Amino acid sequence: MNQPVSATVVEEKQLVVGTSLWQDAWRRLKKNKLAVFGAIVLIIIVAASIFVPIFSSYSYDQINLDKSSEPPSLEHWFGTDQLGRDILVRSLIGGRISLMVGVIATAVSFVIGVTYGAISGYFGGYIDELMMRIVDVIYSLPYLFLVIVLLAFFTKSIFMLFFVLGAVSWLTMARIVRGQVLSIKNQEFIEAARAVGVETPMIIFRHVVPNTLGPVIVYTTLTIPSAMLSEAFLSFLGLGVQPPLASWGTMVNEGVEAISVYPWQLIFPGLMMAITLFSLNFLGDGLRDALDPQMRKD
Amino acid sequence: MLKLILRRLLGMIPILFIIITLTFFLLRFAPGNPFANEKAFPPKVIQELNKQYGLDKPLYIQYINYISELTKGNLGPSTRYAGKTVSEIIGEHLPTSLLLGLIAYGFALIVGVSIGIISSLRQNSAVDYFSMAVAMLGISVPSFVLGPLLVIVFSLTLFWLPPARWGEPKHLILPALTLSGVYIAYIARLTRSGMLEVLRADYIRTARAKGLAESVVVLRHALRGGIIPVVSFTGPALTFLLAGTIVVEKIFAVPGLGRIFIEAANSRDYFLVMGLTLFVSTVLVVMNLLVDIIIGLLDPRISYK
Amino acid sequence: MAKSNSAILSVRNLQTHFYGDGAVVKAVDGVSFDLKLGETLGIVGESGSGKSVTNLSILRLIPYPPGKIVGGEVIFDNKDLMKIPENEIRRIRGKRIAMIFQDPMTSLNPFMKIGAQLMEITQLHEGLNNSQARKKAIEMLELVGIADASRRIDDYSHQFSGGMRQRVMIAMALSCKPELLIADEPTTALDVTIQAQILELIKGLKEKIGTSVILITHDLGIVAGMTDHTGVMYAGKIVEYAPTEELFSNPHHPYTKGLLKSVPDPLIEQKKLFQIPGLPPDLSNLPKGCPFSPRCSSATTQCQEFPPIRQINAEHYSACWLEN
Repeated sequence: MNQPVSATVVEEKQLVVGTSLWQDAWRRLKKNKLAVFGAIVLIIIVAASIFVPIFSSYSYDQINLDKSSEPPSLEHWFGTDQLGRDILVRSLIGGRISLMVGVIATAVSFVIGVTYGAISGYFGGYIDELMMRIVDVIYSLPYLFLVIVLLAFFTKSIFMLFFVLGAVSWLTMARIVRGQVLSIKNQEFIEAARAVGVETPMIIFRHVVPNTLGPVIVYTTLTIPSAMLSEAFLSFLGLGVQPPLASWGTMVNEGVEAISVYPWQLIFPGLMMAITLFSLNFLGDGLRDALDPQMRKD
Repeated sequence: MLKLILRRLLGMIPILFIIITLTFFLLRFAPGNPFANEKAFPPKVIQELNKQYGLDKPLYIQYINYISELTKGNLGPSTRYAGKTVSEIIGEHLPTSLLLGLIAYGFALIVGVSIGIISSLRQNSAVDYFSMAVAMLGISVPSFVLGPLLVIVFSLTLFWLPPARWGEPKHLILPALTLSGVYIAYIARLTRSGMLEVLRADYIRTARAKGLAESVVVLRHALRGGIIPVVSFTGPALTFLLAGTIVVEKIFAVPGLGRIFIEAANSRDYFLVMGLTLFVSTVLVVMNLLVDIIIGLLDPRISYK
Repeated sequence: MAKSNSAILSVRNLQTHFYGDGAVVKAVDGVSFDLKLGETLGIVGESGSGKSVTNLSILRLIPYPPGKIVGGEVIFDNKDLMKIPENEIRRIRGKRIAMIFQDPMTSLNPFMKIGAQLMEITQLHEGLNNSQARKKAIEMLELVGIADASRRIDDYSHQFSGGMRQRVMIAMALSCKPELLIADEPTTALDVTIQAQILELIKGLKEKIGTSVILITHDLGIVAGMTDHTGVMYAGKIVEYAPTEELFSNPHHPYTKGLLKSVPDPLIEQKKLFQIPGLPPDLSNLPKGCPFSPRCSSATTQCQEFPPIRQINAEHYSACWLEN
């Protein structure tokens, strides 16, 4: 066999691998029963938290002191809280808020992290050194404490939550993207793009970033539940979502006070949060296994 | 090694300095002040109080004063707990939080590592699937949900343990269990994946080919490498452990530092918030150094230069 | 030396399969051979031909899942190693049958001192105490030519070069004077100059200690200088087995012929290297009949049927339909 022939064989092989990567991942994901289960539960929860409050005859802030702290019944499936508000509707509104915080905070961390990491990795040298040094310093901050201080001293608004949670979770993303970029930027197709005169930002976002997507997607799916957890934690401490708006964290906080008398006020929102996070984590794990078989921790 | 530790300790100083400066100005630029909430005070009294705590001076003077007091080891007075210094408050409440944290993390280490090892040895068995599903549950149920659930089960249904008391050793059980839940889960997962990776290594095959018993292969040859991810995790875990103590102290009415921190933040006690942030940062930086040292001891390939 | 003609190890119809993704990979598919006392047997084949799996199977070191020894017997000292209980085979591993592996970089534990790894084997099998085991370990390191052994015993494996690490592996393997040493591509990961040194070392120690050796390799050059008999493996089977000299001078199986032809001869200037056409077969989906037939230039319709292994002459066996 002579040189050119064997070279084409190799190219064809890579081409086949390239086109089937996503299909392959999809196939692997479908085979993972726990991930599929997680996805289904998640879809149900998302649909319920969007639609049920719209069609329900109760609203999340409708106070009815005659029906204060009623146990679960046909009328109120999850019972009512101390102000007589329907816990089912409030839990679903809490779900909306929680998912929204999770997604938006993750998006914030995604934008900052990917940009920062891509720039640092692409330019390398002193710029990289300096940028990663900054990340190291921020890493050593007790950021949860800073978040608490920020929320306590400034406004306890939901927008502050988006910003604050996004701002603290971009660090790992930046590191992942930088590592990927470093390994990709010296590959031949990037050299080729540079050789034909493609501009630097174009190279970074058109050629380098798309090739880092696998690990980034994986990390993103795992950031959503962790942002949701942080939101719930802060709300539980009274620093996050403020009444009358509901959040799983605030509802659990209210429930703890009446735990011995009205346990359902705590159990339902608590379980709902646990189930959501459980599903998200399983889906994230499944995605990781599917997208990056090498990272697979089986 | 000693040189490294010394250099790392010196390297801490700029980081801590950044933290002090950042927090100081962040707090002072925030709206409100320590006495604004207590509406009962007439303006004159507030003026007097501000003067007493040195809060009437220009900001940069206050900053310089704070730093110079700091170099003498003085963290300043508390405005929330009048008549006490920040150091006194930390000294008073630290042992409680420390005890709780150590018990919880120690317990999590023992249980988590054991579960992880068993899971890795029985990979893809029913035991493995079950423990990993429980671990995932542990990661998904935050401490402030786990704690109340434990109270419902053990205090309100079974009447085994008191719900929210502090003083006797048995009062530690539920808070420590609550705090350790997440860590058991994380540590079990990390141990499992670390062990699986090591168990596939060639040197484990060598160990088996020598005729060593499986327990020796696992404990002497595999565990040392397999445990490294868990040790690395301890650094970041500590941050969350501190956050966890805040929650647990709130749920179980434990008189620890976490509750003090929340109260200090909510009442804008400048000195106390600063002091606690600084204290926590120092603990974290020291712990990270300790983790690096332990990893260096575990893995001879890492050389310090 | 009265028993010099009797077999120390007899492998009969050994089968090891790997299970995964719904497919069964027949990595070892009916391997049989005898190893005579004091001899060196070479097992040659391309990567994936099952030569390593065969030898791991002898000591039951195949990880399950995904691998499983599904059939055959391995007779050593009148016992079938496939049937004895686990604790009994552990007493054979390292003491009576020792192994060294391909990659000395990863075969030593990076977290333990070399000394500890050497000592634990004699402590286990010979019941030595700490100081005896240490003395023995130093002795063994000196034997394999490690300078300043009494100091280097406290080093970690990353402080040794590749060749030195393989020497340590050999020291470890020979600590208990095993009756059989299985060397699985012991020089593949090493520089050519180091290769010769390691092979000489194995050869010399074999004489000194009186072990029988199974040498697994893909390099025919190594086989020629080291072994008494050679088996050629293809697709999980031994396709040809003969005294080494006979195999080189009078190969029978087309695959062996192909292998021999593809060794470049430095004395003759060749325009083009010979290459066996095609790729090794997919072990989970073997072609019908002779697994080599799709790549074989002498294949006939008869090859649709599996060729039995038959005797060519006194000690020469081949699994091919060809008359000669």
